Amino acid sequence: MRILMKSPKRTIASALMMALVVPVLAACGGGAPATAPTTAPAATTAPAATTAPAATTAPAATAAPAATEAPAATAAPTEAAMPAKGGTLKILYWQAITILNPHQSTGTKDFDGATVVLESLARYSEKDELVPYLAEEIPTLANGGVAADGSSVTWKLKKGVKWSDGTDFTADDVIFTWKYCADAKTACATSANFSSIKSVDAVDPTTIKITWTEPTANPYVAFVGQQGMILQKKQFGACIGEAAITGDCATANLKPIGTGAYMIKDFKPGDVVVYEKNPAYRDAANVAFDGVEIKGGGDATSAARAVCETGEVDFAWNLQIPKAVLEPILKSDKCYSVAGGSFGVERLDLNFANPDPALGEKRSEPDQPHPFLTDPKVRMAINMAVDRASLVEQLYGPTGAPTCNILVVPAPLDSKNTKCDRDVEGAKKLLDEAGWVSTDGGTRMKDGKKLVISYQTTINTLRQGEQAIVKSNLAEVGIEVQLRAIDAGVFFGGDPGLPDTLNKFYADMQMYTNGPEGPDPTAYFEGWTCAQVSSSKNQWKGNNAGRYCSKEYDTLYAGYKKELDPAKRATTAIALNDALIKDNVIIPLVNRFTPNGVIKSLKGPTYNTFDSSLWNIATWTR
Amino acid sequence: MSQYIIRRLLIAIPTLLVISFVVFAVLALAPGDPMAQFAKNPAVPQEVRDRMRTQLGLDQPWPIRYVRWLGAVGKGDFGFSFSTKGPVTNLIWQRLPQTIQVVGLAYIIAILLAIPIGIVSAVKQYSIFDQVATIFSFIGFSVPSFFTGLLLMLVFAINFKWFPIVYSSTIEINSLATLGQQARQMVLPITVLVVQQTAALTRFMRSSMLDTLPLDYVRTARAKGLADIAVVMRHVLTNSLIPVVTLIALGIPTIFAGAIITENLYRVNGLGQLLITSINNSDTPVVMALTFIFAFLTVLFNLVADIMYGVLDPRVRYS
Repeated sequence: MRILMKSPKRTIASALMMALVVPVLAACGGGAPATAPTTAPAATTAPAATTAPAATTAPAATAAPAATEAPAATAAPTEAAMPAKGGTLKILYWQAITILNPHQSTGTKDFDGATVVLESLARYSEKDELVPYLAEEIPTLANGGVAADGSSVTWKLKKGVKWSDGTDFTADDVIFTWKYCADAKTACATSANFSSIKSVDAVDPTTIKITWTEPTANPYVAFVGQQGMILQKKQFGACIGEAAITGDCATANLKPIGTGAYMIKDFKPGDVVVYEKNPAYRDAANVAFDGVEIKGGGDATSAARAVCETGEVDFAWNLQIPKAVLEPILKSDKCYSVAGGSFGVERLDLNFANPDPALGEKRSEPDQPHPFLTDPKVRMAINMAVDRASLVEQLYGPTGAPTCNILVVPAPLDSKNTKCDRDVEGAKKLLDEAGWVSTDGGTRMKDGKKLVISYQTTINTLRQGEQAIVKSNLAEVGIEVQLRAIDAGVFFGGDPGLPDTLNKFYADMQMYTNGPEGPDPTAYFEGWTCAQVSSSKNQWKGNNAGRYCSKEYDTLYAGYKKELDPAKRATTAIALNDALIKDNVIIPLVNRFTPNGVIKSLKGPTYNTFDSSLWNIATWTR
Repeated sequence: MSQYIIRRLLIAIPTLLVISFVVFAVLALAPGDPMAQFAKNPAVPQEVRDRMRTQLGLDQPWPIRYVRWLGAVGKGDFGFSFSTKGPVTNLIWQRLPQTIQVVGLAYIIAILLAIPIGIVSAVKQYSIFDQVATIFSFIGFSVPSFFTGLLLMLVFAINFKWFPIVYSSTIEINSLATLGQQARQMVLPITVLVVQQTAALTRFMRSSMLDTLPLDYVRTARAKGLADIAVVMRHVLTNSLIPVVTLIALGIPTIFAGAIITENLYRVNGLGQLLITSINNSDTPVVMALTFIFAFLTVLFNLVADIMYGVLDPRVRYS
């Protein structure tokens, strides 16, 4: 092969390759924040274990009578005001929905997409109370639905509910959903919600009885919220186990048949879901829109603009954007934002083990105590030096509020016993007492060593802003801070082969957001027990990254886990929070909200902590 | 000639194998986890995530996964996406129309603009037209698309509200109104792409014309009394087009790679957007399929360009 005049073509080709590669690289850098903020979605949650203390029995009891017809109840007044019927409800997500079977999903967005079509027995409202959907009422101790010994729960299902294909919804569908996810090979993302079930039996076609493997304080683990959506047995019957993602089941995962107000008309995974009104819906007459469209992709900022400035869409999900950008957009009179519902608490983890690289293999292992963070006075000084108010004022704006607690939801569990006002002089005094002194007002020293803290978090504009503020706060009291920013995929990915993961915690201090998985914080609080301490022994998979270990806390937690009485559980949950805060084990900074943008004419959207933002979409009106 | 083509195609096989191996290795060794969304989510504990990884076949070491992938591709099966849990080919077929409509159309418009501008610029070198064209092409060359894209969006979509910022892929074109709607939403992304591509092509066209214009045979053509237009169009242009046509042919595969930034910015969920979200979500099968198809098209169009070279330029001979 001999080609004359070959060189120009080569140059052209390489120029083209460059032209292609450069944007790819640029996009990789630029695209990362878009997916990163989903890091620790407390919002993806729903119960994984046990009860909402005060929140379960008490509010459920109040919710039950009014709530049986909750969707209809909210729809009724709006109907009186004659809302415009018909039209399409346009929703914008900056993360595109890729699958509509919630149990096979890979993120919050998929649960939200499924919420429009599928229903659970009951869902959480914005007040963290249960509202019956497919259930007739919420079972409680009072109405006999919940067994007094905590061994079982009996749900009465609504009568006459039909799937969108016209067939009847029965107890069999609920039992099937359990069997589907109970099979390990189906690999349900929601399987933790079903793991405590021993059996689900149909008492009659509209009553089911769930028996637990052991007495449980939270009877609302399964079939509730966005993790408990019921699949149709007829459609998914052959999809249990390895078949779950093959052949017809793969198609079914993209087009589940539901009992909700809308059904799927067209779905382009990763792009757009088009829903149309479900004529078989039990309250179809009160459904305001002919259809719903959820478009995905792009970025949060232009999503905010599409609601507030151009008015192209009616609802934009999770506008987690820096305050300086978001506030001017929200000022437009075309939209309002429903901010609230905890997305989790942004916190500083302090490392109780020594992350010094000089230790080599022993680095950050629990048996290597940290040289100065094990000193309560130093921890307290850091807590007192941090300026939470500035963080919110300068960076979060409507998307967060300062907090002193690590557990902020449900509201009754948000401890009132803690205080975290900024006190620079107090912090300085504590450090002096701890032996860290500064002669020239610069970095403090002790035994010839400087007080230097390494501080890591993920790469994200907001977090780099927070790092800068905290760094200057600590410099004020004489602590030098070295900043590190790590790719979110690596930091949260938990790959034991990589050094920069959250659980290895090769730094003195790290920052991220996390929150309880449901109204019951049992699993959340387990993350500070000695058993969960992250080390090479458990392949760095323990949830206790700070490696705090205290007998008192463990005893308190053990008692909490066994407790069945709701009132006592609530007090203990608050006590667990207080124990961690008072010992400055962890420094909560900001309670983050999920700010959704809503166009003025749309009524109905609320924030939500433990369920989907679209939980009540059937009742939205214009 | 046919022997040459066969030989080139055979050489392409190891090239593609090496490309696929390197891409797979890079993806497997790079940090990232398709389950990252669920990391730190107490509702999805580690053992559930491990189970999900097993379902996706991620519990196997990556060389084994590569061999399996290769075997499946040999049978024409690109596997299933980790995020849709459905066949990758379905995803690609769904995205292809949007990419061809926007990126393909932009490419055609860019060619149609660049060639005449390049010709006039070269023939009337250093004229005002040439100066203006040069300025604009340098601007187009040097300003990145994420900047032009955002600028156009802010000015024309948000301030003037002439164009939408959310691209709808569900418009069914069945009337003038829907056609107008489709055209309206394509204006901004196409403009961004055209500005960039025209800039590069114009410069090539111009310099290629300038190379040919002072040649002896052009002077001969003029000397025999041909009209200026005939000299330029028949004698100069045909010869100057040879490298440009090659360039255009080589650029065709890039259409199928989509335009990552522009597609993302305007929510044109085409192949570029699919590629970048799949990379971010460590959706290996989708990334593999897209890069493999892209590599194949690049190899193919390289061959096409070489053959075209021979057709257009009689001095080039293949043996």
